[in-house]
Amino acid sequence: MVNSTLFFIIPVLSLLVFAVPKHLKHYFTLLFLLAGMVLTTSWSTGILAGSAGIREIPLFSPSYGTGITLVIDNLAAFFILVINITVLTGLLYARGYLAPYHQRMPSFRFSIHYFSYIWLWLSMLMVVMLREGVAFLIAWEIMALSSFFLVIFEAEERNILKTGISYLIQMHIGMFFILIAFLLVQKATGSMSFDALAGYFAVHRNLPVFLLFFTGFAIKAGFIPLHTWLPEAHPAAPSHVSGVMSGVMIKMGIYGIMRVLIPVQSDLFACAAIILVISLLSGILGVMMALVQKDLKKLLAYSTIENIGITGIGIGLGMAGRALDNHMLALLGFSGGLLHLLNHSLFKSLLFFSSGSVYRAIHTRNMERMGGLMKKMPHTAMLFLAGSLAICGLPPFNGFISEYLIYMGMFTSLPDATLYQSILIIGSLIGLSLIGGLAVFCFTRAFGIVFLGEARSETVNHAGEATKGMLAPQLVILVLILFIGLASPLVVKPVFKLAVSIWDLESQLFIRGTFTYNLSQISLAGGIFIVTLAAVLIWRSFHLSRRITETGPTWGCAYTAVTSRQQYTATSFASNYSDIAKPVLRTRVQTEIIGESEIFPRKRKFEFHSEDIYKRKLVDRPAGFISDLLKKIAMMQTGQIRHYILYAFVFMLLVLLLSLFNII
Amino acid sequence: MAGFLLILVAALFFPGVILRTKSIASGRKGPGIFQPLKDIAVMLRKGSVFSDTTGIIFRIAPSVALVSVIVAMLLLPFAQYKALISFEGDFIFFAYLLALGKFFMIIAALDTGSSFQGMGASREALYSMIVEPAFFVLMATFAMFTGYTSFSVIFNHFYITGNDYVFIYSVIGAYLFIQIAMIENSRLPVDDPKTHLELTMVHEVMILDHSGFDKALIHAGTYLKFAMYGSLIYNLIVPAGWNTPVKVLMFFIVQALFAVVIGITESFRARNKMNKNPKYILTLTSVALIAFMVILILTEKLI
Repeated sequence: MVNSTLFFIIPVLSLLVFAVPKHLKHYFTLLFLLAGMVLTTSWSTGILAGSAGIREIPLFSPSYGTGITLVIDNLAAFFILVINITVLTGLLYARGYLAPYHQRMPSFRFSIHYFSYIWLWLSMLMVVMLREGVAFLIAWEIMALSSFFLVIFEAEERNILKTGISYLIQMHIGMFFILIAFLLVQKATGSMSFDALAGYFAVHRNLPVFLLFFTGFAIKAGFIPLHTWLPEAHPAAPSHVSGVMSGVMIKMGIYGIMRVLIPVQSDLFACAAIILVISLLSGILGVMMALVQKDLKKLLAYSTIENIGITGIGIGLGMAGRALDNHMLALLGFSGGLLHLLNHSLFKSLLFFSSGSVYRAIHTRNMERMGGLMKKMPHTAMLFLAGSLAICGLPPFNGFISEYLIYMGMFTSLPDATLYQSILIIGSLIGLSLIGGLAVFCFTRAFGIVFLGEARSETVNHAGEATKGMLAPQLVILVLILFIGLASPLVVKPVFKLAVSIWDLESQLFIRGTFTYNLSQISLAGGIFIVTLAAVLIWRSFHLSRRITETGPTWGCAYTAVTSRQQYTATSFASNYSDIAKPVLRTRVQTEIIGESEIFPRKRKFEFHSEDIYKRKLVDRPAGFISDLLKKIAMMQTGQIRHYILYAFVFMLLVLLLSLFNII
Repeated sequence: MAGFLLILVAALFFPGVILRTKSIASGRKGPGIFQPLKDIAVMLRKGSVFSDTTGIIFRIAPSVALVSVIVAMLLLPFAQYKALISFEGDFIFFAYLLALGKFFMIIAALDTGSSFQGMGASREALYSMIVEPAFFVLMATFAMFTGYTSFSVIFNHFYITGNDYVFIYSVIGAYLFIQIAMIENSRLPVDDPKTHLELTMVHEVMILDHSGFDKALIHAGTYLKFAMYGSLIYNLIVPAGWNTPVKVLMFFIVQALFAVVIGITESFRARNKMNKNPKYILTLTSVALIAFMVILILTEKLI
């Protein structure tokens, strides 16, 4: 069949990227991706529109064994669309972003980069299409490896390499959990596949295996406390890679969780409660930690954790709905989660791309060295602003729609909820509204400190606007964001259908149409907002044109700032907040207090640190312990041949003795 | 529509009543009731001064903030007259729309590059964001109480539910809305609009650089916001079933009382210490949670 030849041709074709001349590699990759995307997108839109059923593509059918089949169902189709959008915009953006590296990096490095990019895309598609356990894990592994190579693009920096390796190790710990879960399923049912899960869950306890899968997938998704790789890896990677990793790759964890949740049959409420609690924790702590970051991309990375939390809240509520047989809650929760996932892939990639443009212009990610960039890069600033508004869930942008759905899930299910459910719902409600509020704090800080005010360092004065090639893909994302925000009924309806078909909910719920009405009213209000705003602004410009307008320095209370370093900084903007959050964030300030006898104060330093306690407790300590242990064991490695002979002798003796007493 | 127009009318005298109350309480003669409106008229006549540091954000922010309040007003009903825009979960839109206005005012303050305004922005951002949960828990309580999720329907059903304990919710709801309105508008005890030292300001220091037209918009937005919260309070405490003329009269009485309450609070109460504010604001969430506990007891879910 054609398909099985494809299975061999695609890897060979992707190898061609090594042979293509340096300046054409980008176009080759683009062509390669476009060809695949046209195909996969047409499949998935067909499936999502309902015109085609589940599509099965036998890829590889050997004479023995079961072979590999790609299965595209509704869930996979949705994820394929999400993957394709961000991977494509990321590649388009990459051309401009990587341009300065063309001079100094050898062709081979670019080959590896583009090759990994192709394979990251392919492996993500495989992950959502493969059902068979071993094949799935292989695709999962390719995904980890290819993203590892993408992260260490600038491997000559020692830190980046170290981060990459730490990332790789954590990914394998996650994979280990998934593998164990699959093995348990295989032991019981004889099949190691997602399809066998339904059979397994029907007879066995659901919670343990679910938890194993959840832990494995949650490491990829970045749920707190399993997130420790994420804030390190995202800043280390080139910006288009961070955008793709944060936008779609971590969503593969969510995909896995959803795939496992579909067949879960008992312990539903326990699963829902676990997901909800972990998600709330991730959401709140994620945004709390994002708020004190000074590294722009690290801030975005923590905000990714926050948004994974919001998605998780949606899914957890959906599960609660299933557990209580409350179809409305299930529908709103699941579709809110799915839509937020799509939304996040859009605005987070937009934010990563525009912050990448900032990095290219001034070569630092430290927000304390930025400021006033809006004058230098107005388009990038506007795009970043739009992304910030969207990520805070403010209308009329897309983030509001998904958060609205999740909120509505909570509010509509409140009247019929029992005591414990009410407590769970009200807890999530407080959590979600707090996340929303703190997100506004976090992104006013990010946008304000980076783009507004006066430049805080000399480099900003030499910054220039990003190239058109870098701005265009971001503009495409912005159009999509506004489309979802303003024409939400058109987008939410397919998402509802998707949720209904995946979880087999009663379908009259969305046919009832009240939700389409609600969403159309939101669009209407958004429209009124835009029109009124335009009217007020026109009035304003007309009004000002007939009055005297002057410019002057900012009012400084009779003491205009001498240097721009006297502005409010990223740290000081968050300082009143970090005082409150001290117990959670372990913020530390290092400075000397000016003594009473000190009439002319000496020069002093001021340092502000915040710490991710989970990283210290869950990663640094165990890793330190293991490396200490291994160092002690390394004493045995003497380098003298007689010692090694002795070890071999002791080992054989041990085997002999043990078998003598029938122990092994 | 009725709600929208009534709020507009109430906003005309609201700030004047606060001013009059304060001047009477402190034994001054004080300005007339329409002085704040005259101030706006003066500002509209004046030209503007813009800082060299500022850009487009600083110039559009006051307009965005005002429009966000105007569109939010469209969501509010008046008794049984439905709001112009009413749908399930419209209060979520309401809260997030006001947050949009706040967002722009905060970044406009950062646009000036002044450390005073940065300080004000940071404080305002923190205070108005941690007040959010209180609003949502309160609305959740109403949603649970009435079984509906839209301003118009909730207030319409508030007194029809036949529940005798509706009074508790009117009181707690009114108390919380007053507090939220005070925080949203940066009044005592969180912030003092009449303070004379920048270091102790919150909202006022944020808008130091605005002048002329933009300043007028900011003030207009504040007045509208007051009347808007007044209308929410009115809807809570006056049953929808009364005669329309009585209700209109009651609407203005409630608004005037609300203004007097603010005036008296500002006359006799000192501002909180700045670092006590977050605790004070988070307390509101616990008050809302108490209301929620009460509803759990009433619906026999707890005990």
